[in-house]
Amino acid sequence: MVKRIGMEVSIAAAEAVKQANVDVISAYPITPQTHIVEHLSELVANGEMDAEFFCVESEHSALSVCVGSEATGARSFTCTSAQGLALMSEITYIASGLRLPIVMIIANRTLSAPLSIWNDHSDAMSIRDCGWIQFFVENGQEVYDHVFISYRLAEDREVLLPVIINMDGFTLSHVIEPFELIEQEKIDQFLPPYQPLYRLHPDRPITMGAFALPAIFAETKKAQEVAIQSSMPKILEVLKAFGDMTGRYYRPIETYKTEDADTLLVTMGSFGETASVAVDKLRDEGRSVGLMKIRLWRPFPFEDLKKVALKAKNLVVIDRAISVGMGGPVASEVKAALYGYDVRPSVYNFVAGISGRDVAPSDFIKMVDKAEIEIEEGNREGYELYGVRE
Amino acid sequence: MTEKLNVFAVRTLTQKEYFAPGHRACQGCAEVLAVRLVAKALGRNVIVSNATGCMEIVSSPLPFTSWRVPWFHVAFENTAAVASGIEAGLKVLMRKGRIPRKKIVSLAMAGDGGTADIGLQALSGALERGHDFIYICTDNEAYMNTGIQRSSSTPFGASTTTSPAGKVQIGQITWKKNMAAIAAAHNIPYVATACPSYPIDLVQKVKKAAEIEGPAYIHILSVCPTGWRSAPELSIKLGRLAAETGVFPLYEVDHGKYRLSIDFPKLKPVKEYIKLQGRFRHLTDDMIEQIEKRIRKEYEELKEKAAKGARDDSNRG
Ligand SMILES: Cc1ncc(C[n+]2csc(CCOP(=O)(O)OP(=O)(O)O)c2C)c(N)n1
Ligand code: SF4
Ligand SMILES: [Mg+2]
Repeated sequence: MVKRIGMEVSIAAAEAVKQANVDVISAYPITPQTHIVEHLSELVANGEMDAEFFCVESEHSALSVCVGSEATGARSFTCTSAQGLALMSEITYIASGLRLPIVMIIANRTLSAPLSIWNDHSDAMSIRDCGWIQFFVENGQEVYDHVFISYRLAEDREVLLPVIINMDGFTLSHVIEPFELIEQEKIDQFLPPYQPLYRLHPDRPITMGAFALPAIFAETKKAQEVAIQSSMPKILEVLKAFGDMTGRYYRPIETYKTEDADTLLVTMGSFGETASVAVDKLRDEGRSVGLMKIRLWRPFPFEDLKKVALKAKNLVVIDRAISVGMGGPVASEVKAALYGYDVRPSVYNFVAGISGRDVAPSDFIKMVDKAEIEIEEGNREGYELYGVRE
Repeated sequence: MTEKLNVFAVRTLTQKEYFAPGHRACQGCAEVLAVRLVAKALGRNVIVSNATGCMEIVSSPLPFTSWRVPWFHVAFENTAAVASGIEAGLKVLMRKGRIPRKKIVSLAMAGDGGTADIGLQALSGALERGHDFIYICTDNEAYMNTGIQRSSSTPFGASTTTSPAGKVQIGQITWKKNMAAIAAAHNIPYVATACPSYPIDLVQKVKKAAEIEGPAYIHILSVCPTGWRSAPELSIKLGRLAAETGVFPLYEVDHGKYRLSIDFPKLKPVKEYIKLQGRFRHLTDDMIEQIEKRIRKEYEELKEKAAKGARDDSNRG
């Protein structure tokens, strides 16, 4: 029987960074990410973790330091939220272009304005196309677990891409949850020290970050695209290996009571747990409703998604960010996945819970009801902001 | 006397090149000469982080490189942070026994724009954190890579594409930011100014910076014939005139103590320097006088600091 202990999710995230034997940590505090950096600095200050720790002068530098240290072959970590992510966004694109396997946790928070410290996915969406592998996790245990999964994946020589773990700010970062911690020996086996293919070192001088003229640029981007696309089998392999070690098997698309369901809720992040409560209630009422949770945001798991989605009649996609003037970014990806099929489910899109607005199981039920009526009435691709006072 | 020696002593420098010929810098570019000398001074045990700018562009068109030492370009404004990360990475990997222990210099390199403007915050952060690294600013007094736009290091009166001399404005209307003083205000162990027209002095300063533990900052005036609208064959001479007129004094701040590298008891008229450059072509004698006044005053202030440094030394002796 594995022992479970209660811990704040941010503390567990920091403990995972310690157990992952990270060499360099560089970060800048921002709510709701702060508890992770605070705990990491404590671990280093108490000698419980052997790492270089820098509380730098900005998020731009936080990631830049990681880019430098990772290029020497040191396992590097940073974490941020919202404004911090926006400030470092330039370097997110460079880190992936340089194929540096950095891991970053984003405690998701709303992008200003208006200024708000509360949770939604607008920060993550602002760097959606930055070329990192991107996970959205559902609970504290998953945050902890994905630190090991992410480094193992990122550093794989057939991948060599940075990885983002998105966890909802406050709803995950600041709550105390039960954790099954993994023994250090197991982690050391699962995640041996990083062996870079190339590193900055005088013994083997290399030039990294050369500029590209149009005659060669497209080829470099193609290489990056091939890398992230072909990371998919590796992702599955690593998730499987992690499951074999812990019994916790994760998949790019998670399903809950989707078998024979006419209507599927589609969520990303911590919404998943609340939505599952709604699904249980609806099932109890005899409604044919299930839940599909997107764990892997990039590379987008088209195939896995289609396998589940094409069996349903209605998809109710809940976005936690708006692409202003367009709708919900998750819904647009889901629609794109289904475009090639003549017989495909209707997709009704709600943007809900932005900037920490509470979304209860009853709200998910209301959204399912509303979507089913709208679709019935022929509004097959509707979009609305849920729960806004008019 | 010292001047002559410096010229001939160049032959004592290593013949090894770590920055290869065949780069794409303009004819007469003293910035690339500075870089070549810095590379010579540091030898092979170095990792270079280079900001976006002329030196990055002339040396690294994929798939070619001019660099025979490890070299890294990430972005424009974050070179000091990248070099911090490199230093930290090497340190922790050596401590954990994952790479053999040996001295490897982390060298950050940026232009005046990458240093005095957009990179100032990252630089200040890295200096304050005390990383063991060398930061070199190759100052050609404008954003040359993007077409001669002004920076905060552009001298008063210079015409650039964003501070053009027009009918009502004389060109740059602000005074050159004193980056070496800003670096020194961080109380780091070593700050120096240098110029490739004084190659031995430059090389010695870089070597010293490498030996010192902690951050070192070297500000290198780098004549840019393209941006200064000067004759390419005059670049070395212009660098010398910059020192001889007091426009760009050569000095060190070694653990807080100022020392002039070359003292010119009598400075040459600033006009001798200014008249060789098209970017100052529009300046009237009155304006040049105004510039000279300010430069003299600053030179005197610097001399006072150096005199105080010397006094402190002799008191201790
Ligand atoms: C964030 C950002 N802003 C602007 C630029 C455009 N840019 C590239 S190099 C450069 C000027 C470089 O000037 P300096 O640092 O003085 O170097 P020089 O080319 O003069 O050697 C500018 C403005 C950029 N690359 N990145
Ligand atoms: S523009 Fe100036 S600094 Fe840039 S390569 Fe040409 S001469 Fe050198
Ligand atoms: Mg410049």
